[in-house]
Amino acid sequence: MATMRLSTPLRKYSGGKPEVTVEGETLLEVLEKFDSKHPGFAEKIIENGEIKRFVNVFVNNIDVRTKDGLNTKIEENDTISILPAVSGG
Amino acid sequence: MRIIGLKCRNCGKKYPIDPISICEDCFGPLEVEYNYEYIREIISRKRIADGPHSIWRYRDILPVNEKVVDLGTGFTPLQKADNLAAVLGLKELYIKNDSVNPTFSFKDRVVSVSISKALEFGFDTVGCASTGNLASSVAAHAAKANLACYIFIPDDLNLAKIVQTLAYNPNLISVKGNYDEVNRLCTEIAGYYNWAFVNINLRPYYSEGSKTLGYETIEQLGWETPDRAVIPAGSGSLLTKIWKGYNEFKDLGLIDEVKTKITASQSKGCSPITSAYRSGEEITPVRPDTIEKSLAIGSPADGYYAIKVMKESGGTAGAATDREIIDGIKLLAKTEGIFTETAGGVVVGTLKNLVEQGEIEKDERTVIYITGNGLKTQDVLMEHLPTPVKIKPDLKAFEDILKKMDKKIDADTYSGVESKVRSVRSKIDEQIEEQTEVA
Ligand SMILES: Cc1ncc(COP(=O)(O)O)c(C=O)c1O
Ligand SMILES: [Zn+2]
Repeated sequence: MATMRLSTPLRKYSGGKPEVTVEGETLLEVLEKFDSKHPGFAEKIIENGEIKRFVNVFVNNIDVRTKDGLNTKIEENDTISILPAVSGG
Repeated sequence: MRIIGLKCRNCGKKYPIDPISICEDCFGPLEVEYNYEYIREIISRKRIADGPHSIWRYRDILPVNEKVVDLGTGFTPLQKADNLAAVLGLKELYIKNDSVNPTFSFKDRVVSVSISKALEFGFDTVGCASTGNLASSVAAHAAKANLACYIFIPDDLNLAKIVQTLAYNPNLISVKGNYDEVNRLCTEIAGYYNWAFVNINLRPYYSEGSKTLGYETIEQLGWETPDRAVIPAGSGSLLTKIWKGYNEFKDLGLIDEVKTKITASQSKGCSPITSAYRSGEEITPVRPDTIEKSLAIGSPADGYYAIKVMKESGGTAGAATDREIIDGIKLLAKTEGIFTETAGGVVVGTLKNLVEQGEIEKDERTVIYITGNGLKTQDVLMEHLPTPVKIKPDLKAFEDILKKMDKKIDADTYSGVESKVRSVRSKIDEQIEEQTEVA
């Protein structure tokens, strides 16, 4: 099982919890499985088969846009973080 | 009421004035929405001109209601740059010298606004993720406002930026990683701690501060916009907000038109915005590999909007290599007497490249934004400067060395530049005369 950290706007799908445990072979599978229990979740993150413009997803702190995107493999004990794009400093 | 609330820039959903920055529906950035009809009634050129010599002369269009935390930020010089113009072959060039703010970068504008807002919201702790300049600015304003302060920086930062920040006595956390990693960590921390991270949960207020660079330029040019603005881009926020500032002045009836071609400048070693603009594709994050740390943001959150601004304004985007950055710093110093950090080197280098490529035309009235001070990045410049000559305290020793120096002075320093200036200048004048004749 992997851990998924949710940023504040997504915590309404986890009953307010900042972290949940999740299952799935790929990022897409993880998101879809979680969505089946918490409908509406996946569409906040995915649009037309891609991660939305203003969403950043990290697996073990690496931006999945620099990996295989939604097809990024998820292993046991991986940590997924879903965060808004905010930068500038 | 001047301020209506927050509004999602992507989907338009509205929110109250709270310490939030992200739309819960689409994750888009939230922006402050003003009641322009009301502001139009109260604002005037005179009211602004009678205001303080700081960003707070534009208070009517900034998102703060109560007392402000002000170290004297803004209203920095707009300097006509005839020497540099002549070297580059430009007719009319200005430098917006924002390296002389209280903590020596433009970041004091965004920080003065956001720390004031943090006090309004009742926070007792502030923080930021920083590429260096924001770090010292937040630490300084937190000190002045008696707030607890946590600053996160990448561990490969320029020494002077670290020294300056530490002097203000914040909790400074150096993170093993690059800025994008620091930023990700802080975004996570912001979800667990109820602190005011100026560039995360206070971002809608923070970013509004950059508009004042646009306002000042217009006021200092005699209530006109320039034809061209060359702006350094990290996340792309500054660029979009200068454009917003120009357009607000038009919408408020303070000027008639905005004619500026907005032009982004980045380092070659970290140019996700410039690359995406030039290829026409979506932004792909990059791993920065450059001596330029201030703008080293590989995943620029406002890049999408920055590109929109360049397209809408008919501008363009360029980049400078590490070598060109160093040369740009030295060129600005020796022609205009302004010592800038690497971000300024990027701007000068990009300007030079775009003029040479014909993308910026010689008769455009151009403003370049110099946003940080040279004392912050001495470490990268050091190895590219000559060592000073060393002599005994003896007149004869001086005269011996002077003979050798004379040659160097002729070849390299101001008198050399000046003769080049004159010849280039007369060439431009000829060209312009020809063009006017043809027209
Ligand atoms: C000196 C300097 N200029 C420009 C910028 C770019 O600002 P932005 O991230 O808003 O594009 C920064 C910081 O990021 C900076 O430190
Ligand atoms: Zn939205």
